[in-house]
Amino acid sequence: MVSSLAAQSGWWSRAVDSDLMWSFRRSPVTLAATVVAVVIIGSALMAPLIAPHDPYDLASLSLLNATDPPAWLHDGNWSYLLGTDNQGRDVLSTIFYGTRLSLLVGCSAVFLALLLGVTLGLLAGWRGGIADTLIMRVADVQLSFPAILIALLIDGVAHSVLPREIQTRITLYVLIAAIALSYWVHFARTVRGSTMVERNKEYIQAARVIGVHPARIVIGHLLPNVIGPVLVIATINLATAILTEATLSFLGVGLPPTEPSLGTLIRIGNDYLLSGDWWISVFPGIVLALLILSVNLLGDWLRDAFNPKLR
Amino acid sequence: MPERDVLVEVNDLMRHFDVSPPALERLLQGKPRAAVKALDGVTFSIRRGETFSLVGESGCGKTTVARCIVGLYRPTAGNIVFDGVDLSRLKQRKTMAPLRRRMQMIFQDPYASLNPRWRVRKIVAEPLVAHGLIADKAQLRSRVGELLEQVRLAPADGDKFPHEFSGGQRQRISIARALAANPEFLVCDEPTSALDVSVQAQILNLMKDLQRRLRLTYLFISHNLAVIYQISDRIGVMYLGRLVEIAAADQLFAAPRHPYTRLLLETIPRLDPPDGPLSEREPVAGEVPNPIDPPPGCAFHPRCPHANDRCRQERPSLFAASGTLVACHAVQEGRVSVG
Amino acid sequence: MRNTEPLLRVEHLRVEVPTRRGTLVAVDDVSFDIAPGEVLGVVGESGAGKSLTGAAIIGLLEPPLRIAGGRIALGSTRIDNLPYEAMRRIRGKEIGAIFQDPLTSLNPLYAIGYQLVETIRTHLDLGPAEARARALSLLREVGISGADERIDHYPHQFSGGMRQRVVIALALAANPRLIIADEPTTALDVSIQAQIIALLKRLGRDHGTAIMLVTHDMGVIAETAHRVAVMYAGRIVEIGPARSIVDRPSHPYTIGMMASIPRTAGQRGRLQQIDGTMPRLNAIPPGCSFNPRCTKAIDRCRRERPELMPVKETETACWQYATVAEAASA
Repeated sequence: MVSSLAAQSGWWSRAVDSDLMWSFRRSPVTLAATVVAVVIIGSALMAPLIAPHDPYDLASLSLLNATDPPAWLHDGNWSYLLGTDNQGRDVLSTIFYGTRLSLLVGCSAVFLALLLGVTLGLLAGWRGGIADTLIMRVADVQLSFPAILIALLIDGVAHSVLPREIQTRITLYVLIAAIALSYWVHFARTVRGSTMVERNKEYIQAARVIGVHPARIVIGHLLPNVIGPVLVIATINLATAILTEATLSFLGVGLPPTEPSLGTLIRIGNDYLLSGDWWISVFPGIVLALLILSVNLLGDWLRDAFNPKLR
Repeated sequence: MPERDVLVEVNDLMRHFDVSPPALERLLQGKPRAAVKALDGVTFSIRRGETFSLVGESGCGKTTVARCIVGLYRPTAGNIVFDGVDLSRLKQRKTMAPLRRRMQMIFQDPYASLNPRWRVRKIVAEPLVAHGLIADKAQLRSRVGELLEQVRLAPADGDKFPHEFSGGQRQRISIARALAANPEFLVCDEPTSALDVSVQAQILNLMKDLQRRLRLTYLFISHNLAVIYQISDRIGVMYLGRLVEIAAADQLFAAPRHPYTRLLLETIPRLDPPDGPLSEREPVAGEVPNPIDPPPGCAFHPRCPHANDRCRQERPSLFAASGTLVACHAVQEGRVSVG
Repeated sequence: MRNTEPLLRVEHLRVEVPTRRGTLVAVDDVSFDIAPGEVLGVVGESGAGKSLTGAAIIGLLEPPLRIAGGRIALGSTRIDNLPYEAMRRIRGKEIGAIFQDPLTSLNPLYAIGYQLVETIRTHLDLGPAEARARALSLLREVGISGADERIDHYPHQFSGGMRQRVVIALALAANPRLIIADEPTTALDVSIQAQIIALLKRLGRDHGTAIMLVTHDMGVIAETAHRVAVMYAGRIVEIGPARSIVDRPSHPYTIGMMASIPRTAGQRGRLQQIDGTMPRLNAIPPGCSFNPRCTKAIDRCRRERPELMPVKETETACWQYATVAEAASA
């Protein structure tokens, strides 16, 4: 009994004590990136608690406050720390809420893409033959289009096909689906390659000889051993997904202007950039850049850490 | 029903691998289809309780035989009979399962044959779980403990991961796993080739002990003649996908008949070379030919000092000669002196 | 006794690897010489430190492994503390290397002739035509028939044994004085092993090249080596002439190892075995590192680490001979 308790808590102490954590603690860049990421993501998640205003509450907005500069400048107002946008929304609060949205879209999209891509990749790699050819040809075709284009396509089709009433309600879901569908290919290809390599390894053959059901072999044996690179790709794709959402919103086909994300904010501010109201674009832009950079660096570290140590 | 004497029969087993150039190339350049005849008609049988070994150099097909028997490859032709049941007649996984349980395999690479992310406990218990033999968790745990002790590891080792063990210990874990579901027949594919010589001795001794205690039948694959000599009852020598000689261990080493067997026995580096060190003996030249394009007739004839025209055209088949089976025209025609 | 100046002198070599749990010693106080034209076999289990010793000599230790003590001298030059550039020039020119896997030792994208010529011209001052001529003669010397044609073939067009011959030719390209061969025949078939062994011996004889042959195969050692060093847990436990080690070993580990080797004649059935396993680097016992497995261990073995002492025909690090050695030197 005692030994099983020890074994269970062993998981955590093993994780903390592992080589992975050790390499993590040793790299200052990674630590800095983690801090930045935690700050941004943390504040985004706690947006309702820490944001001074609610930018989505249309009733609280007043055009009188529109395009006020940041607090420390001449016309500024300390209740709007980073200024306001053209609708009178507090830029700081909108950054909090907007990051939250961007993260929501980004994470959901990547998660969906992962599910789809890993499943198809496993199928293609394990079965080979026609399943493999079919899946890979579809993937090849899709890869020849840039991700943005695909997302635009799906978005556009959805908007034209679906009736107006439900359009606004499901914009978020369509957006997530669009981004997910443009990224599944990376996961599928990687998993397929790893599966084909692992499939011939002796521990898989041993499982076949034992008589284990193929589904159990794929899920129990194969999956844990091919998932490593997938997690790395997922982290890096998260950054790209957020950027894609920002781009789509910037282009006007993403989130509606009443619920702005970071990208929307940048777009809105774009029009005002040349007239001197720079804060509407610049601050969200900085936050977006920092978020993407830190997530990318974390992904880099993950990839290096997975390589020789965690075997 | 009395037990059959012969447990495993392999009849005229063939396994071809298609290595043809891609369809487009074949169309445009008129290239023919090509196949590697990894197994080109292999026939032998294994008696219950014995250790039958297949020996030969790389590419001779011995590993392919092992994999066909155990179900990893489908034979291109020929069949395998296990305890009277023709395995090629069984197509479905469900009907095969009980038979598969009775034959298990030990692999060569102790590092690759265990899932690095599973605990040893889970690895050893896998056959029991896969065949639904023990449902109760406590019973499973205790059975795993027994199995580990049987291979001279501790039950506490079940909590560790494979990478915490040495090569020899991992091979013990492999053996424990193979024995979990109480098989009768074990196919051992070069189980000690990746191990150091002192560890090898431990594992071979363990396997011999287990065979005696659990009444196991072994098919032992190796390229190491000394190991084969120590552990086998009967030995089959393979060359380029064919069996060239089958004999009892003592006899094979004392009086090898096939020219290839003789070549093998002459060229192994010896601790106490009887005729002086190898470098002074100038070993026979030549290498194993390309399996895609094997020589016609007897596959060994390009390297054989006794080859005649018949050897170059007609493929020899195994015939009985004073207690052994040999596939050689020269031996059959009495052109080779034994001794 | 050998009366020639040793070509390679390794003195008290120590190789360490710092890990986050402390520093581990992989090679501990290893000393030996190799004379020109001599083949020294270094034998031991995986993890005993034999490959690392070879890597240290040739300067290919991968960080964080590092040489932490001792001295390596090639001829009159000390080579263990050379900067990277100087070592690079020595590597290839003075010391050649043959590794286990001929598949990965050759670049699959270039013809072997190209790789040979590149190595030759890097270390010898020859023009392209002369270099090619030398490459051809090297290929013929290692026994590749049809060298004129095959010099332009790619590695994948050669079989395993032939590839290893090409690797040997590469190692010989700049006429090195020393070759480090790490398990050169392990991946090859038995009949090919014999050919490669014969080739190595002949080359040592004809060119006066010293060879350090690292392997765990005693059969290869018995056929090829003049002298043998037996390594266990990072130390040399016995060193002496090959025939003495094979026929009349002194150290309990060597005795046990030789006894556990299967033979092709004589009694069949159970093999002699040494119980237990070689200790991991982070769990080396005090005193003699073999003592937990030794049937002859006495109290002193558990406390004090034995040094190599002359015993009969070899030098052995074992306390049971202490009185013998002391009496002999008295």
